[in-house]
Amino acid sequence: MKVVVCIKQVPDTKGGVKFNPDGTLDRAAMMTIMNPDDKAGLEAALRLKDQYGAEVTVLTMGLPKAEDVLREAMAMGADKGVLVTDRVLGGADTWATSQTLAGALRNMEYDLIITGRQAIDGDTAQVGPQISEHLNIPVISYAQNLKIEGDSVIVERQYDDRYHVLKAKMPCLITALAELGDPRYMTPGGIFDACKAEITVWGRADLKDVEDSNLGLKGSPTQIAKASDKVRKGAGEKVTLDPAESVDYIVGKLKEKHVI
Amino acid sequence: MNLEEYKGVYVFAQQVDNVVNSIAFELIGKGKDLAADLGCEVTAVLVGSDVKGLADELAEYGADRVIVVDDPELKEYRTEPYAHALSSVIEKYKPEIFLVGATAIGRDLGPRVSARIHTGLTADCTQLDIGDFPLNPVPGKEQKHNQLLMTRPAFGGNTIATIACPDFRPQMATVRPGVMQKRDRQAGVKANIEEFNPGFTPNQNYVEILEVVKAVSETVDIMDAKILVSGGRGMGNAENFKILEDLAEVIGGTVSCSRAVVDAGWKPKDLQVGQTGKTVRPNVYFAIGISGAIQHLAGMEESDIIIAINKDETAPIFDVADYGIVGDLNKIVPALTEKLRAEMANKN
Repeated sequence: MKVVVCIKQVPDTKGGVKFNPDGTLDRAAMMTIMNPDDKAGLEAALRLKDQYGAEVTVLTMGLPKAEDVLREAMAMGADKGVLVTDRVLGGADTWATSQTLAGALRNMEYDLIITGRQAIDGDTAQVGPQISEHLNIPVISYAQNLKIEGDSVIVERQYDDRYHVLKAKMPCLITALAELGDPRYMTPGGIFDACKAEITVWGRADLKDVEDSNLGLKGSPTQIAKASDKVRKGAGEKVTLDPAESVDYIVGKLKEKHVI
Repeated sequence: MNLEEYKGVYVFAQQVDNVVNSIAFELIGKGKDLAADLGCEVTAVLVGSDVKGLADELAEYGADRVIVVDDPELKEYRTEPYAHALSSVIEKYKPEIFLVGATAIGRDLGPRVSARIHTGLTADCTQLDIGDFPLNPVPGKEQKHNQLLMTRPAFGGNTIATIACPDFRPQMATVRPGVMQKRDRQAGVKANIEEFNPGFTPNQNYVEILEVVKAVSETVDIMDAKILVSGGRGMGNAENFKILEDLAEVIGGTVSCSRAVVDAGWKPKDLQVGQTGKTVRPNVYFAIGISGAIQHLAGMEESDIIIAINKDETAPIFDVADYGIVGDLNKIVPALTEKLRAEMANKN
């Protein structure tokens, strides 16, 4: 079977958020990582490789430097990497991004497409389901467990207070939760091979059945009116007291605010 | 696309097991504000099997009209038939604005629908307004009026963006639960109820439900709590949450937690506050042993009063706390519980 995992290179917002002196986000100073949900999806795909000999291809769209994230995935065990990069694809919202990736996927063979549930920079969770619609295949979002049965995939789909066990005929797209698998480490041999491996690079011309009017900034229905760094309300009081004084302090504040 | 044809504010009235989700009332509440600015009505779209009886409740929370799509194929949520229901409603009725809750259902349904009808979708909005786009006139570019301006956090809550969808309709947004205010329920108020069934013929996109496994939840929904006693990694272990449960009991609160606690397996995910958990805005939020990662702050910083206890005086939680106490939670929390118990006893 053939599995394509869509991965994204994102700034590492966890603990490594850097600010410019004027208070804006310093993106250039932030490390980039493979988006965590995508990495869990990749792990699930690699388990299918271990179990059934599935061929795993990783696909990303981004700047040329996004090649790094493909090599990382290959060092973990992915067989092939495809980078879609072209200036006309820049500034895409989720509609245009999903059109781009669907255009690339139409040129690939797949039984299963896995995307992360959401990326930590945009947090939208939209691109996976939108790709599935463009390709007219079933989608199962929020997958916490996955197994193969014949020509179908059986997935535990998480909701707030329950999960559904769902069965879909392949080809199918699933979006991965972190629960889908703790990502394995790259192996030294894998890193060595991944450095030398050839990455397939596609541009606009390599996308199949996509109109120009659906790509990049111009093809994006949503437009940014304003972007700014979040203004927080700011710190209040901070005290260092011994435990008994701390208790009196908190009780005093609760009384002052009529909570008790 | 003739944008003028699209009228009215529509909301997806999410129900599960024939119980309307609170997000439906929140969307109606916000929808009423937007509709007042635009001079139009709010329509709730109710999708399910045997759900017609829920329409009155939507009316009592402010819906002017309810469209009911009722079909046995819609008994449990599945992406394809629900996407077919909503896109058929959109094609027939042509709404100007369509709001969906940013729930585990809405965040799957919204993108599939927006992709089918070719419009923009803004995810996880925390603020919605009617205004001009561009916000200020730009030479050589038409400034459109009465646009839906959708504001949302990004980069894990580090930045905030306002987004418009000027050239496509409907303007679609998913909205974070717990952020918009529902209106007070007006008993006996009625709405126009319309039934609509576009026909449901299973195809390859219909997945099969093999099993529905419901989690047994004994706890109050943390989004409804007035006082939250929230613990983080600093609690040290699962057993130590007992001291938070004691405090919560005395003060009439509910225990919640940070992501680290869920990741460690100390508490279930439905108690998690933050970007990937729930957004809460209680009257009082105790952040105990929580360092305050930006993703956590995004889920609780709108609380009225934030009280933080942490032994690390540089913890970012102190940047948003109204009252921050640098100290040992294991000494302070039990003593606080005892003191409050005495206070409450005196009061009664």
